[in-house]
Amino acid sequence: MSAAINLDVLNEHRSYLVRYAILQLRDPHLAEDAVQETLVAAIESKSKFSAQSSLRTWLVGILKHKILDVLRKRSREPQLNVPDGEDESELVDALFKENGHWADPPQTWANPEQSMENTHFWEIFEQCNQHMPINTARVFMMREFMDMTTEEICQELAISTTNCWVLLHRARLSLRECLDLKWFGIAR
Amino acid sequence: MLDCKQNTELLSQSLERPITLRERMAMRMHLMMCRGCRNFEKQLAFIHKAARELPRKL
Repeated sequence: MSAAINLDVLNEHRSYLVRYAILQLRDPHLAEDAVQETLVAAIESKSKFSAQSSLRTWLVGILKHKILDVLRKRSREPQLNVPDGEDESELVDALFKENGHWADPPQTWANPEQSMENTHFWEIFEQCNQHMPINTARVFMMREFMDMTTEEICQELAISTTNCWVLLHRARLSLRECLDLKWFGIAR
Repeated sequence: MLDCKQNTELLSQSLERPITLRERMAMRMHLMMCRGCRNFEKQLAFIHKAARELPRKL
């Protein structure tokens, strides 16, 4: 079965892997590099692939490690340690009044389940994700997209648990607001 | 009493850690009275689900 893994087969998955990596890294060049390393690692360790899992799942598993390597290298650079831009706390401030009540209470979303069948919805979802400040988006995607625990994320990024919760919450508020504006609110 | 801002923070944290009984009661009280937060709670669950679905939609 390992003979079935060659560059041609792997290349069929390349564009998917690149999109996956871009979502997390938000940098096409870094994403390309991570995918390149993933494919090399896949060739090198193809004997470890068991036909019981799908090739894509296996490749994504390798890619996650490569993405974390990139993030690790970058977290040593000062950029990540700087507190996130002010615009997100501004977002939270704008959503709530001074007394802590909603400035504009969330309204019902019509047929959210049905939206998940709509390709355009996913484009909006990706856009809204890109719209978030980079550190907020990164923590959110590590949590929800790469399925890491809060503890793992804190360790990886060397931030406190509380800080992690705050970033996750801001991400959710920001996504909710963006989906409401660009998708669910339009039909209202 | 929780306000909406605190309540949304707790709702979000309940995806990350076990919530104490006291916190759960406080959230329930708030949700009973607040339609905006009830909608938010549902939307939070949806966003959580959708984000996990995203890898399959790429």
